[in-house]
Amino acid sequence: MSQFVQPKSFQEVILRLQTYWAGQGCAILQPYDMEVGAGTFHPATTLRSLGPLPWSVAYVQPSRRPTDGRYGDNPNRLQHYYQYQVLIKPAPPDLQMLYLGSLEGIGIDVALHDIRFVEDDWESPTLGAWGLGWEVWCDGMEVSQFTYFQQVGGHDCKPVSGELTYGLERLAMYVLGVDHVMDMPFNDPAAPIPLLYGDVFRQTEQEYSRWNFDVADTNVLLKQFKEAEVACQAILEEPRQDPKTGARSVMAHPAYDQCIKASHIFNLLDARGVISVTERQAYIGRVRTLARLCADAFVQTRAGGWVAGQA
Amino acid sequence: MPDLLLELFSEEIPARMQARAATDLKRLVTDALAEAVLPHESAGAFSTPRRLTLTVEGLPAASPALGEVRRGPRIDAPEKAIEGFLRGVGMAREQLEIRKEKKGSVYFATIQTPGRPAAEIIAEIVPKVIRGFPWPKSMRWGDGTLRWVRPLHRILCLLSAEDGTTPVRFNVDGIEASVETEGHRFMAPGAFSVTCFEDYQAKLKCARVILSAEERAFHIREDAQNLAFAAGLELVEDKGLLTEVAGLVEWPVVLMGKIGTDFLNLPPEVLQTSMKVHQKFFSVRNSKTGRIEHFITVANRETADQGATILGGNEKVLAARLSDAKFFWENDVRVAKAGMGDWLEALKAVTFERHLGSVADRISRIAMLAREIAPPVGAIPDAAEQAARIAQADLASEMVREFPELQGVMGRYYAQAAGFDIEVATVAEEHYQPLGPADDVPTAPLSVAVALAEKIDKLTGFWTIDEKPTGSKDPFALRRAALGVIRIVIEEGKRLSIAGLIEEHVRILAFSPNMVNRVFVKKCNSARDKMVLIGNLAPPINWDPEHTFIGSFAFDPCDPDTSFPLDENKGSFRTPREIVGDLLAFFHDRLKVHLRGEGIFHDVINSCLAMPQNDDLTLVVARARALAAFLSTEDGVNLVQGYKRAANILAQAEVQDGVEYRRDADVKFAETGEERALFAALATAEVSVTAHLQAVEREGNGAALQAHFAAAMTELAHLRGPIDAFFEAVQVNADSQVVRRNRLNLLHQIVNICGQVANLARLEGA
Repeated sequence: MSQFVQPKSFQEVILRLQTYWAGQGCAILQPYDMEVGAGTFHPATTLRSLGPLPWSVAYVQPSRRPTDGRYGDNPNRLQHYYQYQVLIKPAPPDLQMLYLGSLEGIGIDVALHDIRFVEDDWESPTLGAWGLGWEVWCDGMEVSQFTYFQQVGGHDCKPVSGELTYGLERLAMYVLGVDHVMDMPFNDPAAPIPLLYGDVFRQTEQEYSRWNFDVADTNVLLKQFKEAEVACQAILEEPRQDPKTGARSVMAHPAYDQCIKASHIFNLLDARGVISVTERQAYIGRVRTLARLCADAFVQTRAGGWVAGQA
Repeated sequence: MPDLLLELFSEEIPARMQARAATDLKRLVTDALAEAVLPHESAGAFSTPRRLTLTVEGLPAASPALGEVRRGPRIDAPEKAIEGFLRGVGMAREQLEIRKEKKGSVYFATIQTPGRPAAEIIAEIVPKVIRGFPWPKSMRWGDGTLRWVRPLHRILCLLSAEDGTTPVRFNVDGIEASVETEGHRFMAPGAFSVTCFEDYQAKLKCARVILSAEERAFHIREDAQNLAFAAGLELVEDKGLLTEVAGLVEWPVVLMGKIGTDFLNLPPEVLQTSMKVHQKFFSVRNSKTGRIEHFITVANRETADQGATILGGNEKVLAARLSDAKFFWENDVRVAKAGMGDWLEALKAVTFERHLGSVADRISRIAMLAREIAPPVGAIPDAAEQAARIAQADLASEMVREFPELQGVMGRYYAQAAGFDIEVATVAEEHYQPLGPADDVPTAPLSVAVALAEKIDKLTGFWTIDEKPTGSKDPFALRRAALGVIRIVIEEGKRLSIAGLIEEHVRILAFSPNMVNRVFVKKCNSARDKMVLIGNLAPPINWDPEHTFIGSFAFDPCDPDTSFPLDENKGSFRTPREIVGDLLAFFHDRLKVHLRGEGIFHDVINSCLAMPQNDDLTLVVARARALAAFLSTEDGVNLVQGYKRAANILAQAEVQDGVEYRRDADVKFAETGEERALFAALATAEVSVTAHLQAVEREGNGAALQAHFAAAMTELAHLRGPIDAFFEAVQVNADSQVVRRNRLNLLHQIVNICGQVANLARLEGA
């Protein structure tokens, strides 16, 4: 049983996942430097799942869901949390086995636990994306999402990427046997300066919960949403040839940054409660339009499979 | 006689799709086999989370050779025609046969199609079935093009017979068919080969896979009952959950755990729903306390620690789930005890439908309508209104937002917590009923009033904004609502004029502030004249259901001076009267479907719907049931024939003469005994039929109504003899105009009296 040494801290769970997926040949990327709602928004997933070129990455992505803020009181809910994301294109035939290997990597002995793949189809209305897959249960607890991407930004995924998303706090709490996220050891409890998750994040959860729910200036946010929307479209309307260098340059990524921005601002507006049910659909539709435009642009880039000489 | 074994081994198939997929696989393969002239003796289909399996027993080793005889041209036909025939059948002239026929000798070709080995045919059929498989949702994976519900990994395909096993070789998108499969993912990893179905099933069992879903379900149920029984408890049966769980495991291992004492005081529905929805747990009840105290979870494997780790994990997850539920419950009860005001306030901000306003708007409309409906259904208007005002308050509760399926159930608990009578509280739960065709209808008068109001508001609302169900699309379940109204009214024999209720409700809806852009306008002077917008800002004082229009407009309703041309032919502009008529027709269609289930044909219902008061569904149904029963008797059938004969002769004469024969016939012009007898019989029948039909006006419920209709029809049946004898003996078109007119008037009397029970002209085939 020596193989199943339990990790001692939140960070050790992360480090082990990094080691495991690096060992499987994934490029270990760093988090994207913008506010996103989930690891899927990282351009390394959204954009790179498009087009024919192979791709294999894993990364931690800090994610924000303003409406989930609970001032640090709720044992499981946070407005800022971490996702671990793996994206491999094309999805290897043994991806399920690779995934199970990662659970063993973080100390889950699959011979003692009940691991189940329970139907859960994924859809992101804001990204115009969907896929089929499962939520993975370990003894009745959802520990990951497992999705075969079918469409992103309105484009069929060819080949199909396999995406794994681990909710890191929840998974680590389970592995470490902790009931309240704030009580979870962040680093080694035997370290000279041991820190709990709460030491790192309780205060920020309190501050952001207040700001998200009650303080964020909605007029400013509404203005910023429109600005991001306009900017995204304007970037994509620029000529495809850089007049300075003469080189072809479709600015899919800068435009996509604006799409991400619009999406996050929408989430903040939602948390402020200023978006009605009907408006909600309209906002989601506007972000989806941006995501589609960015996807359209990305497939016109080299990374998206564009080849010189092609129309 | 070889047997076919086919297994499609994939990643985990959604539980809800497995049974249907197994059936589809069996149907598609056996249909294709039959088409290829490979008849089979029996077939069976199975599913587990990772495989679909088909066994087909008793196939022939090969398809039979077939000979088809084709007739060609005559031997003296032009050369070109003969050559064409030869090309068509692919033969030389010497191979043709010449047969002598009446008109000369004719070429015949006998085309022999040799039989083919079963394996060869199957190798063609199966890839086609796989590629065209009707999954409700399918996907691509990797860089392939094949679609399956989840990635397909293996295909096992073989023919087994007494003399051995024949692999069936083919390839689908890179997957080579073989005779190998795999067992349980964790307990028996690795591939093994099989020789026939029995061998397959036995080896799977050794590899910790129970092939049959029924067998897995049986084990789960048995073990769960035994575990519960051994602890002095009882399993709460849940067939749907059992089927689902049997589709989540290949090797079920049943474990029983305890619900934390903190949670035992939650309502049983909450415990059960939370455990079922989130965790797929069965509930276990302590029959002494009546409480749900334990749960059953079904793992997919055995472990060295007898499931202790698994159970521990599940208990922990459950505790987290139930703490949420408890938190919701405690908060909700606090709001309820304070009178539920917070929820009713919050529902003002929850949109029911853009044009139909908030849930709060809808609640107040339902309350108004419930008042109107209360007296005829035997409820007190004030009580009905009060019950309606709180019946949907729970929609804003935290529990219902988490578990929408608990709407109504929580409403009952919360209304009681708020101090309402049990009768009023029960309305919260019962007013949504019936939830489906098999669900009971509410019977308590208060629940009936609110249940009808809830459904009629919904239907009238969507009809007013022109959002009707089309084809298979019925997102607001309006068909179910209409059927609900029908069932509540007729099963309880309630007498209601629903058209009147709907028309009044259209008015209420049209005045509601949310009808922006669907405002109503009033016709000015002449048709196609300019229309003056009145809009919701200045409702017309004289609401006129025939000359007020409701429709979609793309202009600013805040500008009351706007005038604009209106195309009255556009479908979207309708008067309230038209909306009522259209919705009533929808009720009638649903009623026809419902009564068809009782064996009452559409024409019978149509002949009842063509009578006055056809919006009184209890009356319509009583009439239709009596008529259907009447038509099943010989007297009934003959009477209707007599009626039709009289009506036809009368109609012809009226067209011919250009007059209507509507006067009373006079017995003094009668010439024969049969004629006089008919006069006498009609006079008697008229008195008794009228008496019964007048009683219909007074009588309340369905059974008595039906009895009166039946009695009236029986009275009519007495006319059968005299009518038949009359037509037998008497020529209506007599030479004497006086006699002829009198007889036509007599026919009118027959038509008229028969027409009082139903519009018999609508009956088919009579």
